[in-house]
Amino acid sequence: MTALTELSLAEAGKGLEAGDFTAEELTRACIEALEGGRDLNAFITETPDIALDRAKASDARRAGGKAAGPMDGIPIAIKDLFCTEGVLTTAGSHILDGFTPTYESTVSANLKDSGAVMLGKTNLDEFAMGSANVTSYYGPVKNPWKGPGGKDLVPGGSSGGSAAAVAGGLCSGAIGTDTGGSIRQPASFTGIVGMKPTYGRCSRWGIVAFASSLDQAGPLTRSVEDAAIMLGAMAGHDAKDSTSAPIDVPDFSAGLKEGVKGMKVGIAKEYNLDGMPGEIEALWQQGMDWLKDQGAECIDVSLAHTKYALPAYYIVAPAEASSNLARYDGVRYGLRVEGESLDDMYEATRGEGFGDEVRRRILIGTYVLSAGYYDAYYRQAQKVRTLIAKDFTEAFEQVDVLLTPTAPSAAFAIGDKMDDPVAMYLNDVFTVPASMAGLPAISVPAGLDGDGLPLGLHLIAKPFDEVTLFRAASALEEAAGFDARPPSPKGGAS
Amino acid sequence: MSYLISGESGDWEVVIGLEIHAQIVSQAKLFSGAATAFGAGPNTQVSLVDAAMPGMLPVINEYCVEQAVKTGLGLKAKINLHSVFERKNYFYADLPQGYQISQYAEPIVGEGTVVLDMPDGETRDIGIERLHMEQDAGKSLHDQDPKRTFIDLNRSGVALMEIVSKPDLRSPEEAGIYLRKIRSILRYLGTCDGNMEQGSMRADVNVSVRPAGSDALRTRTEIKNVNSVRFVMQAIEHEAERQVEAYEAGGEVVQETRLFDAAKNETRPMRAKEYAHDYRYFPDPDLLPLVLADEDVERIRKSLPELPDDKKARFVSDYGLSAYDAGVLVAERETADYFETAAKGRDAKQAANWVTGNLFGALNKAGKAIAESPVPPGALGGLLDLMADDTISGRMAKDVFDEMFETGKDPAAIVADKGLEQITDTGEIEAVVARIIAENPDQADDVRSGNDKAIGWFVGQVMKATQGKANPKMVNDLLREKLGG
Amino acid sequence: MSLDKDTVRKIAILARIRVPADALDGLSVELSNIIGWVEQLNEVDTEGVEPMTSVADMDWPRRDDEITDGGRAQDILANATDPEPAPGGKDGGGFFTVPKVVE
Ligand SMILES: [Mg+2]
Ligand SMILES: [Zn+2]
Repeated sequence: MTALTELSLAEAGKGLEAGDFTAEELTRACIEALEGGRDLNAFITETPDIALDRAKASDARRAGGKAAGPMDGIPIAIKDLFCTEGVLTTAGSHILDGFTPTYESTVSANLKDSGAVMLGKTNLDEFAMGSANVTSYYGPVKNPWKGPGGKDLVPGGSSGGSAAAVAGGLCSGAIGTDTGGSIRQPASFTGIVGMKPTYGRCSRWGIVAFASSLDQAGPLTRSVEDAAIMLGAMAGHDAKDSTSAPIDVPDFSAGLKEGVKGMKVGIAKEYNLDGMPGEIEALWQQGMDWLKDQGAECIDVSLAHTKYALPAYYIVAPAEASSNLARYDGVRYGLRVEGESLDDMYEATRGEGFGDEVRRRILIGTYVLSAGYYDAYYRQAQKVRTLIAKDFTEAFEQVDVLLTPTAPSAAFAIGDKMDDPVAMYLNDVFTVPASMAGLPAISVPAGLDGDGLPLGLHLIAKPFDEVTLFRAASALEEAAGFDARPPSPKGGAS
Repeated sequence: MSYLISGESGDWEVVIGLEIHAQIVSQAKLFSGAATAFGAGPNTQVSLVDAAMPGMLPVINEYCVEQAVKTGLGLKAKINLHSVFERKNYFYADLPQGYQISQYAEPIVGEGTVVLDMPDGETRDIGIERLHMEQDAGKSLHDQDPKRTFIDLNRSGVALMEIVSKPDLRSPEEAGIYLRKIRSILRYLGTCDGNMEQGSMRADVNVSVRPAGSDALRTRTEIKNVNSVRFVMQAIEHEAERQVEAYEAGGEVVQETRLFDAAKNETRPMRAKEYAHDYRYFPDPDLLPLVLADEDVERIRKSLPELPDDKKARFVSDYGLSAYDAGVLVAERETADYFETAAKGRDAKQAANWVTGNLFGALNKAGKAIAESPVPPGALGGLLDLMADDTISGRMAKDVFDEMFETGKDPAAIVADKGLEQITDTGEIEAVVARIIAENPDQADDVRSGNDKAIGWFVGQVMKATQGKANPKMVNDLLREKLGG
Repeated sequence: MSLDKDTVRKIAILARIRVPADALDGLSVELSNIIGWVEQLNEVDTEGVEPMTSVADMDWPRRDDEITDGGRAQDILANATDPEPAPGGKDGGGFFTVPKVVE
């Protein structure tokens, strides 16, 4: 029998249902893997006691014939950006030192209600600001995949801890948040599936805010089917979030086996960036061929403003962040550095509490909103955003989904691109446009680069058409047959 | 009667604009479900949203939106069907989010007008620039601890309307009348209780001065958070004088926020301005634009009560009251309602006199509001009825009223208990008149010889002899008949 | 547009983040690079384009005017940072504290 930690979430669910093993056994296997995988630094807080309690409760429910559904008894990891009642919540920042929420985020509460078992809180870029998971106050996360010569690689970010935990077999699935690519890009870097739903599909209530108009929670899993199951347990209207869509949650798994025959797949030439590595371009072409082979039709579309999505994002997101992060002032929670006066305390607390990247973005955001610059930067960026969304709307008049690469490269070494923020930002060049338009998108592991490192392909669908997105992703997954695994965290290939 | 300040160089005119912060009457806060009631223990009326806990999100209270629309309609202002909540970013101890959710570029209410009734009987139109909705901040307590300021967030997130006037006011008196008028309209509408002591209404006062006759606007200062009509008037007076003195001395006025110190009777600059403000407004991404349907606005319009201006006009035309009396009666909705109940089917002018005279006098003395009057309007009406059917005289009525005010008893009962009914039996009065004339032949001759004034002495004697119960008109008529006066 | 040291100092004050004097030069270069890069947006003709206010085109939820929260001062104050808490008020309430503010 396969090790319990090697099972997909769907397989684990079936095993629990068949009584092949208990939730407690599955959870204990994950806890053991977690302990063995600490070198990855994927977790900021491990919660084995909570996990075992919930696993036992799940087993009791199942014994009583009252299992809640496909997530009941499934061990998962939670990005440390979701507030969890009674459990330290840090957002990867020094400034939230010791913060223990008295409340549970809607998404993690939904998962809890579905019977999922929380193993712990995963590491992330500070306040989700980063594409490599190197900005966390709790140190960088290591990608379970190793570079040439066993070099430590970044897992991508900001949901790098969640991605590493799933890829490294420490849990059946994990949740992350995606503001400009923070689920999809690390999924690509770690060879797993990462999905960002439509803006408004999952409640933002209780998620430490980075950029409110972009943030969305989503699943990181080892298969498309797993992502569909997990999203089903996360999503839903929430009256506590004014931007949560008041619509029903469909069965996201409904179309998984339907194939893509007759589906129209858009290919936007604007994603063909100058200097795109040959192997990325080749993989993209391979993706088109896979879908065509299964009966889909590839259609050229134009998304004229694609290249402006990233710079517009780097105005809008820091602007919102500069305001969202104003509440970290040393008074009601987290770090407090005493000062002579009120402003002195604010400056000391925030000066010490925020890391370099967060500080950079707060300053950029403050600048672009300040008197005399608002129109030139923020307003212009929001206008460009309107144009980006319009491009997508027009493209979706012709096609059902869009296919693009997920990231411009495979995972790179920890320490690379650190001295050039703009070079780091370019990691999200393919994922940001869908974020700016609020569209659902998914990264599916599709191949390996020359160094044997995973690369993902990226699909984008119409608003609230996750069912079609999963259907296309499933076809891509099927064709790619990606089954490479990283070396076991304890050393040696598994 | 324009208000001018005379200086060495000539007369100066004052230009005033008011930004009134009015707390919206609602059970719960603008973006959270915590209570708004006054006086609770510190931080006991605070939700996670109001305390700006990480990940908390605002959801708007629909009733507060209706209240703002209602107020806009009451100010005869344009209702904007599309408005936007923005964030006003600044750091302060009682602002937990680090920003205030407010409306900036697109407020819910646009331009309107308020009519002021001036004491000389004239009216003045004052322009309303806009009305927007926003959150209140928490409260800082500076005097509880030698080293620390304490923060109570109970007020944090309470819904406010900021009503911004155009710079149309020209004297402290006008500003006072304007503030009272706004308060009256809001109280009629039930959108703000107008309680300035509890901070439900407070004003930021913008003041500048300019040489009389000039059209140009000079630098203004803003006096923050003035919390009574009297203080608004005093603050303007002192600030205008200060500015005139500055200009007269060859100095300048700097644009700044100041506070009014009522104890010292001066305005002075607010907290040491270490940092310049730059509020970095931008649309709140947690909230979508606020869109209203025409039908919503029409539904609210239909629910509006009669407002003071309309009521005043009706009191003048329907009851024949003077504009002044009508103005006094409509200032508070409770007074107007009281008057109308008391006056129903009766002599309205007499009712108005009793309300503004005896009743107001007694309430004032007792320190009571009209809603707490021991004499309900129906009872006052009953008293008027007793006068109308000659059961008691007007003079007697005053005593009866005092008794009513003191005991809360019904007028008819008081009159019956004390036997205060007027003597209207001609024979009975005639007998007394005849006796008094007979007993005082000299005074009678005096009247007969043409001293008409002396007849008053006879009236007094007859009234005294009847313990005030004789009908004064009948006494008069009979005396004239007998004495040929 | 480049952000000189003075501008960086000013926005750092607006954002209430203490920046050591010796970090200003480096920050000025970094931020100028980022701003210089985002300025490519000026190439886009946005004449007559409305700025996006929300990607979500929906009827947003509104609350009824009902008291559904509050009375949980312990929750609110649970993570308060002052090592020496302020004396409690009535109804089981208490205060947050900051260094004394002089008005
Ligand atoms: Mg103001
Ligand atoms: Zn205001």
